[in-house]
Amino acid sequence: MNTTVESQLSIRNLSKVFKTGDGVRNISLDIAKGEMVTLLGPSGCGKTTVLRSIGGFLEPDHGDILIRGNSVLNLPPEKRPTAMVFQSYNLWPHMTVYENLAFGLKIRKYKKPDIEREVTAALELVQLSSAASKNPTQLSGGQQQRVALARALLLKPDVLLLDEPFSALDAKLRMEMREELRDIQTLTEMTMVFVTHDQEEALSISDRIVVMHGGQIEQLSTPQEIYDAPQSSFVASFIGRINVLKGVSDGQHITVGELRVPNPNVALPIGDCIVAVRPEDIYLSTQAGGLEGQIRQVMVLGHYAEISVNYKEETLKVFVPREQAATLHPGQSISLMFHKMNVFPAISVSEVAPRQEAHA
Amino acid sequence: MKWYVQALGKRKVVEFLLLIVFVVFFLGPLLNLLILAVSGKWQYPAALPQSWSLQWWQFVLSQDDVLQSISLSFLIATVVTVCSIIVCVPAAYAFARISFPLSKWFLFSFLLTHAFPKMGLYVSIAVLFYKFGLMNTFVGIVLIHMVNTLMYMTWIPASAFRSVHQAQEESARDVGAGPLRVFWKITFPMAFPGIMVASIFTFLASLDEAQGTLLVGIPDFKTMPIIMYSIIADYPNTTGAVFSVILTLPTVILLVAARKFVSADVLSGGFQVK
Repeated sequence: MNTTVESQLSIRNLSKVFKTGDGVRNISLDIAKGEMVTLLGPSGCGKTTVLRSIGGFLEPDHGDILIRGNSVLNLPPEKRPTAMVFQSYNLWPHMTVYENLAFGLKIRKYKKPDIEREVTAALELVQLSSAASKNPTQLSGGQQQRVALARALLLKPDVLLLDEPFSALDAKLRMEMREELRDIQTLTEMTMVFVTHDQEEALSISDRIVVMHGGQIEQLSTPQEIYDAPQSSFVASFIGRINVLKGVSDGQHITVGELRVPNPNVALPIGDCIVAVRPEDIYLSTQAGGLEGQIRQVMVLGHYAEISVNYKEETLKVFVPREQAATLHPGQSISLMFHKMNVFPAISVSEVAPRQEAHA
Repeated sequence: MKWYVQALGKRKVVEFLLLIVFVVFFLGPLLNLLILAVSGKWQYPAALPQSWSLQWWQFVLSQDDVLQSISLSFLIATVVTVCSIIVCVPAAYAFARISFPLSKWFLFSFLLTHAFPKMGLYVSIAVLFYKFGLMNTFVGIVLIHMVNTLMYMTWIPASAFRSVHQAQEESARDVGAGPLRVFWKITFPMAFPGIMVASIFTFLASLDEAQGTLLVGIPDFKTMPIIMYSIIADYPNTTGAVFSVILTLPTVILLVAARKFVSADVLSGGFQVK
């Protein structure tokens, strides 16, 4: 496939390894015009390294970065057709909001009326028209990040880079900004690369997600595919919540405890395997036939309930509708069956992402 | 009276007394100086002068070398400030941005000129100055003043540069500014309050410097503090008071003009643009 012509952004075999051993190895990625792609992974996975390499703030050891078919590797950041929104906003406090926005246009030698028109339009886009003459320090965190977004947007970059732009904001504001960014992206049809460690954020705003781990791409798919069909146990455990059990495969079937189910993964080698089941894909029944467990805790969380079930030495999480939760109580024996599951070759447990990393 | 003290509480009373002690301690000598400068006759133990007069002002201002010394002092202070900025601001930027071996020790070494008894240091510098023919020259005086100002002019701007986040410079690069433009449009303006404060300190320190000037500048270069020394020695106290007031005026005017930069808030806030 000749991607040079079609891709807005093309990363070829990018490697950048730091003295600490962190970094990225052999990353290749093609992003189409108007696409919103998220680099997702725990801290230290290399997602920011990739983003900063695109922006020109890091020099890769190997590989190439092409924007609209042209290599940008030899260009300094100020010459690259990219604009970046930083986690820490990075507005300049000695300039008003208007001057912050006009700075890049002045460098590009825009005429004064043109600058005025562009800045006004950009501020309108981020709903901050009234803040033009204010000092950035007079604005709230969310407003400052909107200004930073406007400052990058009005340069009409070929690729907009966003480096965890909302992670300094509180949860509610983060959700609002997420929706707003998606609206702006739809409106402007701008190509965006978004870096985050927040899987929920990635799932909600992306056209495609690149899950990264240990400096490499684990999976590159749509949010739905990433959630439904994770290609590795790392992706399965990093995205959303999942129960991990040991199983044995004989090729045709998987055996988990007393349960024997058809093997959904044809590529799976025969022998030990890992079975991953999402909490909403487990069905609880009082009739025998599944894994025999005992309810430890019933936690009602509004429209659904989270049930902890002891099965052998494991504790499995199960989401059930609130109607069913009313019939369950701790200590009750229960049978677990799976609607759906993902199976992976057995690997060392350390390669499975620990839960807390998703919130790091 | 007693009920009043009780209503205030012991702590308030103590605070109030402390305030009075401080006011007397700091402002008392200044007030005394001002009164002395306009008094004709003031003999112990009277609280106020017996007669008022401006005659010593007339005397001081009619001296030719006084007016000359004022303009010389301002000229030297200006040249010293400009030279210090040219030498020290780039150094301060380097200390703030580039980590090189022993950079902390280099920065610390600027304190050394302030660690020795000044006169001893100046005498050893004077030995060098004799060799290079810098004694009794304008350049010599500027250099000896700069020995003292290096520390403020490097430390304060360095901390001001450090308070400009590297990411703020990066975001300017990102929107299209080259390294030089980033420095002039982003880094320098954001560090400007710190550089301003350091420049004012430098200017005032140079204006007040007497020891080094006395040693290097005699016999031809007489700055304000030098003239003051000789006047205090040769004439009554009142002349010294008049001269002190004259010497203080530029300092006060400068500090008032620059109060936006030199306030307790700014000094304690690490010289950031607010």
